[in-house]
Formats: sequence, C-alpha cells, structure tokens
Amino acid sequence: MADLDHRAVLFSRIRQGLGVSGEEPARRRVVEERLSQHSRNLVPRRGQLERSARIALFRTMAEGVHATVAEADKPADIPALIADYLRQQNLPSRIRHGNDRLLSELPWRETAPTVERLSGRAEPTDEVSVSRAAAGVAESGTLILLSGPDNPTTLNFLPETHIAVVQGNDIVASYEDVFDRIRGAYGTGQLPRTLNMITGPSRTGDIEQRLELGAHGPKRLHIIIVKSPER
Amino acid sequence: METTSSAFKENATRALHDAALQRALENVPRGFIQKRLLARDRLPEFEALREQARAIKDHTLAHLDLYLERYEAKVKASGGHVHFAADGEEAKRIIIAIARRLGARSVTKGKSMVGEEIELNEALLAAGIQPVETDLGEYIIQLRGEHPSHIIAPAVHLTRDQVEADFRQAHAHLPRERNLDEAAKLVHEARLVLREKFIAADMGITGANFLVAETGTSIIVTNEGNGDLTQILPKAHLVLTTIDKLVPTLEDVATLLRLLARSATGQEMSCYTTFSTGPRRPGDPDGPQEYHVILLDNGRSAMLGTPFQPMLRCIRCGACLNHCPVYQAVGGHAYGWVYPGPMGAVLTPSLVGLDKAGQLPNASTFCGRCEEVCPMKIPLPGMMRHWREREFERHLQPAAARYGLKLWAFLAERPALYRLVARLGNRALRLWSRGKPRMSTLPLAGGWTRFRDFPTPEARTFMDQWQDRRPNG
Repeated sequence: MADLDHRAVLFSRIRQGLGVSGEEPARRRVVEERLSQHSRNLVPRRGQLERSARIALFRTMAEGVHATVAEADKPADIPALIADYLRQQNLPSRIRHGNDRLLSELPWRETAPTVERLSGRAEPTDEVSVSRAAAGVAESGTLILLSGPDNPTTLNFLPETHIAVVQGNDIVASYEDVFDRIRGAYGTGQLPRTLNMITGPSRTGDIEQRLELGAHGPKRLHIIIVKSPER
Repeated sequence: METTSSAFKENATRALHDAALQRALENVPRGFIQKRLLARDRLPEFEALREQARAIKDHTLAHLDLYLERYEAKVKASGGHVHFAADGEEAKRIIIAIARRLGARSVTKGKSMVGEEIELNEALLAAGIQPVETDLGEYIIQLRGEHPSHIIAPAVHLTRDQVEADFRQAHAHLPRERNLDEAAKLVHEARLVLREKFIAADMGITGANFLVAETGTSIIVTNEGNGDLTQILPKAHLVLTTIDKLVPTLEDVATLLRLLARSATGQEMSCYTTFSTGPRRPGDPDGPQEYHVILLDNGRSAMLGTPFQPMLRCIRCGACLNHCPVYQAVGGHAYGWVYPGPMGAVLTPSLVGLDKAGQLPNASTFCGRCEEVCPMKIPLPGMMRHWREREFERHLQPAAARYGLKLWAFLAERPALYRLVARLGNRALRLWSRGKPRMSTLPLAGGWTRFRDFPTPEARTFMDQWQDRRPNG
C-alpha cells in the first residue's frame, strides 16, 4: 500500500471514532481560530518581574541546575571573562564559535590575546564552544538557542564545556515571551530548524537515581550575562 | 515485544523474591516522590495548570483529524516528510526502506517507548542494520538484552554493581583493571563509548514528546543530550511517534512542559527541550539533511470515542508508576509489556487486547494515588474499573471469581439476607479462630493465609454496630 492509502485509512479511523466527517465548518473554524490566535494559557507569575529582578531570578534558577554564571557590564568585557574562566577551569585556550555578529566583533585580540578562536560547526575534538543565546527565560533559568550559521547547534552538544552569552535585554519572563519574539523574527508559524531550550549542563539519573553531570552533552555550562545596554 | 501480561501473578511472585530487584526498587520512591512534591509546591499555579493541560489535550483529541492535517502540511512546508503507519509492521517497513535508500549501517536511537512497542531494534537487526540505544538507561538494558522497566527510567530495576558487570563484559576492549566503583565513572565510560557511535551513525531515530500543529515541529525532552546528538549528527533524522502526541500551538506546549518535568523527575525543566522543524536549512552548517516523521496509530484511533479516550491525554511522565504501591513492590517487568504501572494497566489492554492483558487492570489496590498525581488528570482507577467490567462481561475471569461475584451480587441486592449471612459468617470465623485475634489457616482461603494471617472479626457485624450507634436506634 502506498503512503497515501495509509493516510486515508488513518484519517477515516479517527473520524469514525470521533463521529465526524471532517467537513463540519464549526469544527474547522474552532481549529483555525485556535491556531491563528495562539492564545496564552496561564503563565506563572514567578518570572514576571522588572528587569533587574528578572535577571537575578534567571541567574538563581540557572545556578540551581548546576550552571555557573558570570556577569559582564558590557560586551567588550566578554573575551577577558572567557579567558579567566578557561584558566580557572584548567581548560585549553581554544574556543569555537559561529558567525554571530556580537561574538565575532568583540575585541578578542586586544583583551584576550591568549585565546585562540575557531569558527563554524563543532568538531568532535573541540573542548570549548561559545554561543550566543537568543534569549534566557527567568522562570526556570533556561537558555534559548537557535540553529543556523551564527550559532550552529553542534556547539551546544559536542564539546565538554559550553559557554553561552546572553544579553540582559534578552532575558524574558516566560517561554511564551520567547515564542512571541520568534514569531516576530521568523514569522507566524515558523521556527528555525532547531530551537534548543537548555536548562543546566547534561545529566543522568539512570544509575540508581543518582544525579551525575555530563552524560552525553556538556559537563559544564557557563553563562555570561551582559548587563548593558539597558533599554 | 512478546506480551507476558497474562502471567502477571507469576511475574509478580518472581519479582517479590528477586533480592537485587527489591534493592533497586527502593530507589523509586526515594528518587521520585519527594522531588515531585517539592517541585509542585514551588509552583503555586501547578493545580490550575493541570486543569488547563487536561483541556488542551481534550480539545486536541476532539479535533485530532484537523490538527493532523495542519501538522502534516507544516512539516511538508518545512521540507520534511510525514509517513502514516497503521501498525508496527508498516512503521518498520517505512523505516527500513529509508535506511536502505541511505545505505545506513549504523543507527543511533534516542529513548522511544514507541520503538519498544513495535520492536524496532529487532527489525533493524534482521535487516542488517545495527541499532545503538544512546540514552544511558536504554544502553544498559540493550547490553543486557532486556526491555525497559519504567517509561522514563528504563534501568531503574538495576543496581550499580549490575551495570558495572555489564560494562566490563561489553567493553572488553578497555583495560581490565580500570576502576568503575562509582556511578560517575560508569557514566563517563558510556559517554566515551557512545561518542564514537554518535559520530559513526548514518541515521538517527528519536521519539517525540509533543508534535506542534502550528509549526510542524517535533519536540523531545531529555536530560542527557543523547537525543540531540542522535538528530543533529547523522544524514537523516527520523521521528517515530504516535498520533496522540499532537498539540495545537507553542503556547499549549509551554503549559504541558511546565507539568512534564515536575511530574516526572521533580525538575523545573529537563535539561534539553528540543524543537525540530524539518531538515537543515540553506546556510546551516549542521543538522540532518533529511527529516522524516513516522506517524503511527497502532490501536490509538480505536480508543477515540470510547471510555478510554482520556488515556490518550497521557504525556508519559511516569508519576503514576512512581506512586503506585503495586509498581513499587514488583517493578515494571512484571506487567509483561512495554507500559507498566497504572498507565500500562489501562493502555496495554487497549493496544494488545483484553484477552492478553486482562490481569493488569486487576493489579491495583484502587488507592487512587495515580489519579491524584497524574498531571493530565486521567481517571486511571475509573478506567481500570471499566476494563474489569469488560473482563467480567467477556467471561475472561476464572470461574471461581465469576461465581463468587455473582453470589455476592445476589446477596448485596437482598439486605436482610446479606445481614443474616454476614452474622452467620462472622460466628463461623470466630468459632474457627478459637479466641485468637488472628488466624493462620482458613478453609477455602489458602491463597490468603499462605502469605498473611486473616484477622478475626469483632463480635458483632458492622451493620449491627451501626444500628446500635444511630441516634434514633
């Protein structure tokens, strides 16, 4: 049987079970409205705070799931913070990041001359990656990363250490706020190929329910929050 | 997989006498119950969200055909493919055909209960394709040739010592004298071994926690990141999933995500929630070149419009397993198929038939904890009762149980006779007890007294005492 026939069989079984024909205008209207309005359900109050409290909550929640957090006053401070972190953690002084403009245009040579930079998607030999998060969600300390040449998805998963830069202005209250921003950037009903919500470094509880970090993804997730510019 | 649900009693007896299993099962209440409670209490809106989540899924199921149409159109528009499969055989044929076309020899897999349901690994092996389970728990049980005993913690029935022994046997290429005395070392070893498999894989297969009609997106929720390496490294990403995973919008997903991790592991969010829409886009330096969704029915459409439709709201968090006194005592394998615990006791008869799984709805004390903790408010005990009724109607119970129930019904409908028989029975039991508070043997009740004493009843029946205490006597 061709795929098409399987499709017809499945739809007719569903419609038989529901006792509908699929042609009812009222049902079609309800579905159309729900999809086009994409109304919010109840959004918890937790993240709905003013800017500085929202950033503070994001930090607390991220640290609560074993991420480490540093704060930069301005983007130009990022390279030095990364160099410091690599030294403290005894990591090699080589990082990889994508074409993200914010990351590419930082004063690397002036402020972090020891840091060697590679660009593009992650390779299995990479130990440290840097990406720029499209957003942070205060409610749960979750980072939002979007695929593409600016921040390739492999950077989020292959290296043992993942450093993510997020701007204070991009730290929002809820997942719903993120979806609104993405609709604004990509169009309604559109998403990038991969949208990663990342909440702390990789972990497993599969052996006797004991928490162990670094199962398959990064063992360390280091977040740099850029506090300026304030809007 | 082969169903042994009809042998639940025998399976359960064996489980109760398995010392290693009993030691491992102690981790279930310790690992899950307290953490869920804390997570729930940290979110004041939790109860209100449950109510909304139920409404979201009820609405979706009532309009399932229309949301599926939209979902399919959106997947196609993003460059992906949707394949419909009525049953496991069709799904496996589709997957193997894709693998053959790609010349795939090695396939990495994210954790998928649907994959277990249709015995995908066996079919891949038979076609000369090596499946590699990459979720740590699934990897362990694949090494052991077992099936998962829990829907989110597949190896919860095993102890660390057992895993160490399995790794020493399976990873014979590593130095024999290496130290594996901590869980952390086992996790690290699995990371190194599986990393090579991720890089070598030609195709990656994941399940889906949710499908979004609005955007044509499949979503997986993991903690390890294995599902991500499975889908972004190989040439093709296959999503093996079922029609009940659909939700309308991204906002609806947000609501369900707030309940899923809290109910499952007591986390605010699992580490990785990944939204996948189509294949790699122009300019993308990574991601799969092909994206296929295999959308399976396998008995679910037949649940629509029946008393079991609410079961299709299930988001597979496992809370009902963790809180079930029967599951805690015997573990998941005793249930004899893919889905254990209360959700399995309802779902398994729907999917494999009551004749094969009729014992499962009886494996419950009806304590009601499962329904209390279910984030989707599925009336699990009520549906188990439905199955028991059908089992009775279809004469699937042993004769003694049927006649016993008929006799009881006859008496229950005749209150005066019921009280008389109760009084006589009471007197007989007290006579037999010879004044002791408990009896260790009882005629016709050996099945009871073999495992525990039978308490001697009080001098007067409940109804008689009740009559005395009523103010108007």
